Amino acid sequence: MMEFEYLRPASIHAALSAAGSHARYIGGGTNLVDLMKSGIEQPELLIDINHLQLAAIEELPNGGLRIGAGARNSDTANHRLVRERYPLLAQSLVAGASPQLRNLATVGGNLMQRTRCDYFADTRFPHCNKRKPGSGCGALEGDHHLHAILGGSKHCIAVNPSDMSVALLALGANVNVRNRNGERPVPMSAFHRLPGEHPERDTHLEPGDLIVSVDLPSPVFAKNYHYLKVRERASYAFALVSVAVGIEQDGDRIRSAAIALGGVAHKPWLAADAAAMLADKPVRDIDFAAVAAAAVNGAKPLPQNSYKVPMARNAVQRALRNALEVA
Amino acid sequence: MKSKQPATSADDRTRVNLERRLFMGTVAATGAGMSLGAFAQDAEAPVHAGSAPVRARARRVRIRLDVNGVAHELGVEPRVTLLDALREHLKLTGTKKGCDRGQCGACTVIADGRRINSCLALAVMYDGARITTVEGLAREGEPSPLQRAFVEYDAFQCGFCTPGQLCSATALLAEAQAGAISAATADLKHERHGTHLPDIEIRERMSGNICRCGAYPNIVAAIRDVGTKAASS
Repeated sequence: MMEFEYLRPASIHAALSAAGSHARYIGGGTNLVDLMKSGIEQPELLIDINHLQLAAIEELPNGGLRIGAGARNSDTANHRLVRERYPLLAQSLVAGASPQLRNLATVGGNLMQRTRCDYFADTRFPHCNKRKPGSGCGALEGDHHLHAILGGSKHCIAVNPSDMSVALLALGANVNVRNRNGERPVPMSAFHRLPGEHPERDTHLEPGDLIVSVDLPSPVFAKNYHYLKVRERASYAFALVSVAVGIEQDGDRIRSAAIALGGVAHKPWLAADAAAMLADKPVRDIDFAAVAAAAVNGAKPLPQNSYKVPMARNAVQRALRNALEVA
Repeated sequence: MKSKQPATSADDRTRVNLERRLFMGTVAATGAGMSLGAFAQDAEAPVHAGSAPVRARARRVRIRLDVNGVAHELGVEPRVTLLDALREHLKLTGTKKGCDRGQCGACTVIADGRRINSCLALAVMYDGARITTVEGLAREGEPSPLQRAFVEYDAFQCGFCTPGQLCSATALLAEAQAGAISAATADLKHERHGTHLPDIEIRERMSGNICRCGAYPNIVAAIRDVGTKAASS
């Protein structure tokens, strides 16, 4: 690991003052320290945000919930209010990583975690536009069975590995981001970005931006929800495809729904059109196959990952049926 | 903050870091710099306890760790992991380095009551923490119930993953007693406390510890036995 300077700031203000493109904030370190070991991340300055009182989970006046950026994945999943009011989030959190990693990993860090694409993670591969802009994409012509079927570009087909982010997207969460100019809420749908011409950028954040918390709206999908993760082994693996489904019902009618997918794109993927097909419909009238097909509309699979299209369709159907408790 | 040109090659990178070191040395010598709290100004300067602010310009930072009930003070570079601090600095080699990338769980220790992968934890971030390693699981020379059960159930072959398995399982039982959920928990909304867990729960909750020898059935049996006995006592 390259040498770096370590800063444990006394305040958020001090953290923001020291921050910049040469620095990285560190929460749990489960992704960052790993990337620093391989030299993919070489910050000159590491800013430890673990003593800035950013780990609280508290109710908001509007009935929502504010989760501090420093809250551990395990503490968030186990929090009484998260389990009762946002079980979809709890389910997605415990689907990720392992217990000891969830004890380290923070909510803010989870949002910032980088792709697990081998061409990115293994510096012996010469071609990766995300790691070395302009060097090409090794996955396009190489092994891409784990890669994106939606939203990719000719520069990058990596996928975002987070489970939590998929649920936060379905739940309509806002990420509160602070910098030296103040604080702004960023909707989850505008937090991560597609690779386009700049796959080196995973999110819309600027250098120095600090995630301070995540706000959940007043409880949604507390009764009818499902996070389904399909992977190559039963546990402790990244998703091939994952689906977060939440449904609000009015008697036997569906009032509103959200569907988000993981493992299919450079960002958690909102299937808004598919979800709209459910709104204001009696459950018995739902054409599950049509909704599932709409969820992957526009998919452009490559030779080795075309299996993900039917897998995603089937996963959407199963998640919807589980959420609605219908056969 | 200082400014610098972006590094474009490995050579540049080395140069920049050398310059940075020289720069830091100058700052330390003249006492200039930022006033963001306490400074670690020279080799092995103290970080000050726990959460006090610090800026570690020094190559080595002095930290305190309580490991298995014994207080230690040691000087580490900020890039030293907790795993390497335990093994290389404190010579507590019970904790194993497997993948060193947070994938195998061999390095699992218990920090302030929580199991973590010590290979991904920077020691400087654990200043003032209480650490339990496999060397600290026994009480007054008596193996812990889990250690006994691992022997009784033949829960290992080569034994390399065992220290991590034992620390992980020790924390698993405490988590279950505290009501923690897992991906195998059917009902997330109602709290359930207790160490009597079905095998599917034990397997899921031990998923962060890999055993290349494949002793999983016996590891699960050992944990099931201890958890069941603890629940009924």
